Amino acid sequence: MVDFFLAVGLPHYLGLGAVLFCVGLYGALSRRNAVAVLMSVEIMLNAVNITFVALSTYVAPAAAAGQIFALFVMTVAAAEVAVGLAIILSVYRQHATVDVERLDSMRG
Amino acid sequence: MADVGLSVAFWPIAALTVVAALAVVSLKNLLHAALALVLSFVGVAAVYVTLRADFVAAVQILIYAGAIAVLILFGILLTGNAIVGNPPNRLRLPAVALSVSLAGLLVWVVSVRTVWPVDAQGGDERLTPVSLIADALFNRFVLPFEVASVMLLAAMLGAIVLTRQD
Repeated sequence: MVDFFLAVGLPHYLGLGAVLFCVGLYGALSRRNAVAVLMSVEIMLNAVNITFVALSTYVAPAAAAGQIFALFVMTVAAAEVAVGLAIILSVYRQHATVDVERLDSMRG
Repeated sequence: MADVGLSVAFWPIAALTVVAALAVVSLKNLLHAALALVLSFVGVAAVYVTLRADFVAAVQILIYAGAIAVLILFGILLTGNAIVGNPPNRLRLPAVALSVSLAGLLVWVVSVRTVWPVDAQGGDERLTPVSLIADALFNRFVLPFEVASVMLLAAMLGAIVLTRQD
């Protein structure tokens, strides 16, 4: 038991990434506000990045490919937030709400 | 291989990150949720430091805790109703069930069941030199690097077009 707390290694980082991913998943599924959904998706991307960097450090430290992947994920996340917020602002102008349950104009 | 100082640092950082993330998905006040999100980003940067990935940690602070946090705060303030703007929807109970069961399954698979082929050099005290990252980025991954710059330009143009008023 003491060993579990004092010998932190790869499984601990992967477990942290998994827990953080599921926290973000809960937020993305259960929030009404579209900006809150976007924040939850950011938490999920961070969890994936932790997994990439942990595997890079512990399994293949010479290549650093996991760290490069994390950098690319951050680049795409920045673009995603910019476009996502632009879409949310555009929706807010047209419908005066960002409640994802009330945005059902495409429902048949 | 695993040293005690790293272990002592890991648990408070991990707890801070997860608690801040839980605050993001549960606080009613959206501005408080956004500030908790910044705290969670900083916690993730500290996790990168304990993994000896100092360059990724610096980029995390610059992009996530800096740029993305400011963008999200702008988004919250421009869409109004920030104080009570974060209620749960009808899917709350299924979402709790799915997230908890998926968390249990994932932790069991990746942390308990799988034996990872840990490198003999992995997890030791050395920092990842920035020159190694630069070498990989501008040699092996130079095509994705250039594509990423085009993608950022496209995202910028898209954001301008989507929010233009006329």
